[in-house]
Amino acid sequence: MVEQVLLRAIGVRKSFGALEVLKGIDLEVRQGQVVSLIGASGSGKTTFLRCVNMLEEHDAGDILLDGDPIGYRVEGGKRRRMSETAVSAQRARIGMVFQQFNLFPHLTAEENVMLGLTKVLGKTKAEARDIAGHWLGKVGLEARRGHYPYQLSGGQQQRVAMARAVAMEPRLLLFDEVTSALDPELVAEVLQVMKALAESGMTMLVVSHEMLFVRDVSHHVVFMDQGKVAQAGSPAEVFGNPESERLRSFLGRFHGFF
Amino acid sequence: MDFSMTPGTFLFEAWQARFSLLNGLSVTIGSSAITIVLATLLGILVGITLAYGWWPLRLLARLYVDFMRGIPVLVLILFTYYGLALFGINVPAFWAGVIALSAFATAHVAENLRGAVQSVPAGQMEAAKSIGLRFDQRLRYVIIPQAFRRMLPPWVNTGLEVVKGTTLLSVIGVVELLLASQQVMARNYLIIDFYLLAGAMYLAVNFALAQLGGMLERRFSYLRY
Repeated sequence: MVEQVLLRAIGVRKSFGALEVLKGIDLEVRQGQVVSLIGASGSGKTTFLRCVNMLEEHDAGDILLDGDPIGYRVEGGKRRRMSETAVSAQRARIGMVFQQFNLFPHLTAEENVMLGLTKVLGKTKAEARDIAGHWLGKVGLEARRGHYPYQLSGGQQQRVAMARAVAMEPRLLLFDEVTSALDPELVAEVLQVMKALAESGMTMLVVSHEMLFVRDVSHHVVFMDQGKVAQAGSPAEVFGNPESERLRSFLGRFHGFF
Repeated sequence: MDFSMTPGTFLFEAWQARFSLLNGLSVTIGSSAITIVLATLLGILVGITLAYGWWPLRLLARLYVDFMRGIPVLVLILFTYYGLALFGINVPAFWAGVIALSAFATAHVAENLRGAVQSVPAGQMEAAKSIGLRFDQRLRYVIIPQAFRRMLPPWVNTGLEVVKGTTLLSVIGVVELLLASQQVMARNYLIIDFYLLAGAMYLAVNFALAQLGGMLERRFSYLRY
């Protein structure tokens, strides 16, 4: 059975000034899939990820979540940006985990998870506290619920950030190089949580340089090069049969694993 | 200083003048408190406009802040009192002073807030966006609480400037602590003694304010990255 398409990008373009970083991206993420974006720095993968929840605003093309266009609507032949409130409502359906964790430093781990639950989803404090406890438990940090971010290690902070994102029950979770700012010995605990999320059926769009993780967990791998999708397919296809010299040399950098 | 309790000695004259001086002190504290509250509220609005406003509003706020920081407070006070009277607007001296000081302090609070807000790492706004908070919620629950900690020291500074700035109200006839002290001196000629006393009282008020600021800073010291 083929699951329905949850996220579809059609000809997405984005420039920063004169520099075109996305030159027409077409991509699909199906319900329950883990899709990984790989490629060298500057290939546009992070920019694309940020366009999906309007942290960057794409200049052309469409990004559809459940068939609804994100951020822009065409009215009377003109492309119009949606209101800030409408965009915020769309973002509530998409979770994001950042390279730098970005936990709120003035809130405890538990309060970090609760903020969106109470203010965006309208849950009561008591409900939100239960949900936060549940997810902090899932990432192995229930005992740290009252700790402030500065009292947690990098890996723990990133796990709280994942609990904060997933507690909102998003349709889609975005991961932006979430292990890149971590000490090597802390990477495993974060990847383990991501793997568990993937196995629970969460739809995930992942930018990562952890090639072993990408190969083992992804359903679909997208290799981006100079603002375009250069090759896409199953991990076996992309890693086993790199079509371009670019991809071969990119994979070659990972210590000959592939 | 002669500390015996006979007429013409400092202690006797100070006791005689206690009600005038306390009245002056209460006017100083009252005008400072109203100014600080007004300037903080308005300063937050102007500061947010400076940081995030629609560009024509932002330009207006920018002009206001630069203008207010560029002219002496005394000129502002004289203008509010005498200048407005020329246009048929008569403001009681106390309120003219409070309005002028507030207008001045608003500019300072606004500029401090803008700096504080913009020094909060960009990732905080992005994380707040990513959980679906609206713009006003992002400011209220994520940005302002963090900016608040950063703007505490300059805010306390502005408060101290305001307390000292109330001495300028004496020029338009508001009997605050300085003018009250001068009126007492005019009766007993103990000039050095009463200027020292007034100075000590200002020092006490500002010391208390600075302590309060220090307490707040410790209260929010958990805000680290």
